[in-house]
Amino acid sequence: MGTAFDTITFKASSCDGCGKCMTACAEAKQGAARISIVPGTKESSFELAMCRQCGDPKCVMVCPAGALAKDDGSGVVQWDASRCIDCLLCTAGCSYGGISLDSHTARVSKCDQCDGDPACVKACPTDALQWVTAGSVFNKYGDKEDMFVPGLSGCQGCNSELIMRHAMRKIGRNSVLATPPGCIPGMGSVGYNGKTGTKVPVFHPLLTNTASMLAGIRRYYDRVGRKDIVVMALAGDGGTSDCGFHAVSGAAERGEKVLYVCVDNEGYMNTGMQRSSTTPFGSWTSTTPVGEHMRGKSQDAKNLPLIMVAHKCAYVATASTGYMEDLYDKLDKAVEASFRGFSYLHIYSPCPTGWRIPSSKVIEACRMSVDSNFVTLWEYTREGGLRFTRSPDRPIPVRDYVKMIGKYRHLDDAQLDHIQSRVDEQVTLLKRMAAAPAAEPAVI
Amino acid sequence: MEAKYLIIGSSHAALEALRAIRQVDAEGSMAMLTRDVHLPYSPTILPYVVSGRSPAERVILRDEAFFTASKCTFVGNTTAVGLDATAKTVTLADGGSWRYDKLLIATGAAPAIPPVPGLDGVSYHVLRSLDDAQGLRKAMGTARRAVVLGAGLVGLHAAENLAEAGLAVSVVEMRSHVLPGYFDAKASTRIEAAFTEHGVTLFLGRTVVGIDGGKGQACTVRLDGGEALETDLLLVAAGVKPVVDWLAGSGVAIDRGVLVNDTMRTNQPDVWAAGDVAQARDFHSGEQALIGIIPTAVEQGRLAGMGMAGDSYVKPYAGGLPVNTYRFFGRVALSIGQAAAEGGGEVAEHEGPGYRRVVLADGRLVGYASVDEPFDVGIMGELIRRRVDLSGCKQDFLDRPLETGRRLMSEGWR
Repeated sequence: MGTAFDTITFKASSCDGCGKCMTACAEAKQGAARISIVPGTKESSFELAMCRQCGDPKCVMVCPAGALAKDDGSGVVQWDASRCIDCLLCTAGCSYGGISLDSHTARVSKCDQCDGDPACVKACPTDALQWVTAGSVFNKYGDKEDMFVPGLSGCQGCNSELIMRHAMRKIGRNSVLATPPGCIPGMGSVGYNGKTGTKVPVFHPLLTNTASMLAGIRRYYDRVGRKDIVVMALAGDGGTSDCGFHAVSGAAERGEKVLYVCVDNEGYMNTGMQRSSTTPFGSWTSTTPVGEHMRGKSQDAKNLPLIMVAHKCAYVATASTGYMEDLYDKLDKAVEASFRGFSYLHIYSPCPTGWRIPSSKVIEACRMSVDSNFVTLWEYTREGGLRFTRSPDRPIPVRDYVKMIGKYRHLDDAQLDHIQSRVDEQVTLLKRMAAAPAAEPAVI
Repeated sequence: MEAKYLIIGSSHAALEALRAIRQVDAEGSMAMLTRDVHLPYSPTILPYVVSGRSPAERVILRDEAFFTASKCTFVGNTTAVGLDATAKTVTLADGGSWRYDKLLIATGAAPAIPPVPGLDGVSYHVLRSLDDAQGLRKAMGTARRAVVLGAGLVGLHAAENLAEAGLAVSVVEMRSHVLPGYFDAKASTRIEAAFTEHGVTLFLGRTVVGIDGGKGQACTVRLDGGEALETDLLLVAAGVKPVVDWLAGSGVAIDRGVLVNDTMRTNQPDVWAAGDVAQARDFHSGEQALIGIIPTAVEQGRLAGMGMAGDSYVKPYAGGLPVNTYRFFGRVALSIGQAAAEGGGEVAEHEGPGYRRVVLADGRLVGYASVDEPFDVGIMGELIRRRVDLSGCKQDFLDRPLETGRRLMSEGWR
């Protein structure tokens, strides 16, 4: 696979135009700021001009002096002051205002990403500017073996397929995988006509007995001395929170040494988008329709990962493909914990088909769900308690997240207020749990 | 010899075509032939070689390792002298020949030598190749006086270098202002004043009636006003003309340059042309015109390369926009589009410490030029190309063009 690069991202909706990025850049570079924030057309909106470190940089191709070149290692379009003849043709090549004349030096200047530690990002008080290291993640994992066949028949933009492929790339061949009924086997991972779609031993339990079967497999491997194999499930939210819950709860209570990954797309999407107990309040599903009497689901979602915390598992965590480093980090910990006890990883997975969102907006939905606190990212261990791994400093209103998703299109103000209050309530509870000091041991 | 992709020429259009081909076809055999003895460089760098700012060995744009990695055979010092488009063969001055599947004509341009009486009897310099630049730099060391014919980019750059090196320099230009076409009279006047301040004598709106030979390199240039300019060094910088003589009899349609359509194809099958040699659509007029600048050469080279490699994402050429980014004595003059146009459009000029001139037509930007006031040339170019309607923000644009341009960019095509 090719090389990917880390990059500075700009989220216009979070920018308040304070200009601290420009000041920080000018100070760091001792010259004109190489990032430019300008007022937008709409009231208190802001726009950005800076180098995008293009993959096919026009500035490089129009340079007559060979003074500009894209660095294969960092992806930065580097400027060589000693070769530059100050002709400014690069400023004509770039249509983004990414390279321009610095009147202090009378030479061109452009963003060099501060060698991977950009001053503008550190100075941004609203997180409108972020340093996104997805490129490094890709470089680290991109060459790992994909454990599924190409051409799985997931819907266009399927986030669950991403989760499957990423998780199994990371975990590797030394594993046994259960995929209970749902989209994950449904798209072909268990295979067709006697052929498997997965490069590790894979099986298709019932919705109801996944955790029990895994427990048996682990016990057998323990008995024959194979203590290196990850025994795991990639299950849906229905099979985990509803019809398979007794098996999950039982295995967790017994401390069975398995890794249980729940891919939560908030419903039974594979069978026609019926509601599950993790479907959020207000959601349209085929069994909670929107019409004269019903306005989507009238109950709140069950917080399954929190229920798993109450089982005192070896490890419980929530994750989202919006934040892959966080997800990878938790996968490592979850795999390690699965050799000590029940390890539970809950990954939120927007479903473009069932949620009515464009396939191109799935990752954005992941990010906004976290940025609005609709989804909380945390982890729990018995030793360390509950700890947030990525919580927004200034959460965006849940409305902003909800309005990009078709299954919430019908919501009225009262319903939106209800969702916001439940989100706030839940975050408050989790924060209290995270903040509480360790209890004094009982005196006997 | 034969190659699937044969590229004649080695400057910006050729290099971009190579890149575009390799995006799609990593393996197809490729060869790049050039009449130059050096590895690729840009003609635009040459004034800086003359001044000594850019050492000749550091102006090379691609080294041999690049050609090896790109699987392209680079052959320098090889002049194409004929093309048989039916047999798909290019013949060379040394008698050899290359067969091709796809051919790119990127032979660029050569100095145009004006028909001045006596010029053929004296020794003079031109500035188009690295050898020209090194020759001029050497001659500059022993001369005290210099005359430059032509006040285009090459002539003015050279005049500045010669003046900075201590020579007494005169520039003769037939048109009434320097850099004609790119700048209006007000902008040109600022540039002209800078040259005068630095001791360069400008003869504008004047013609050379004859040149008399002298001792060695020396000669006397006689002007239509009766002046006789004695000089130790004569530089002819009266523009360039496409190198098309080698295509005579090939059937390739030629006007002033090689005529190409909006995908840079010539009238002959499997033959493309790009860069200074090509006569392609002009954005403003829609006619086929010569616009010999790097940005159009790159764009044309990319389109040609995509076409040659069968890249299905090729989009037709929108047409070339004149662009000029010019530095003189540390100052800056920039121009894009119909910036010098008189009449037909709406012109807004702004004079302060800097000067800018914005030309609008139907509420859309068609040209922008400035002196001593930098702007984002690429953004303005994109506003022109996209024909962005500015009627809703015209005053903002005229008052704060840099900021407003960046906003329009970020909202329009980020």
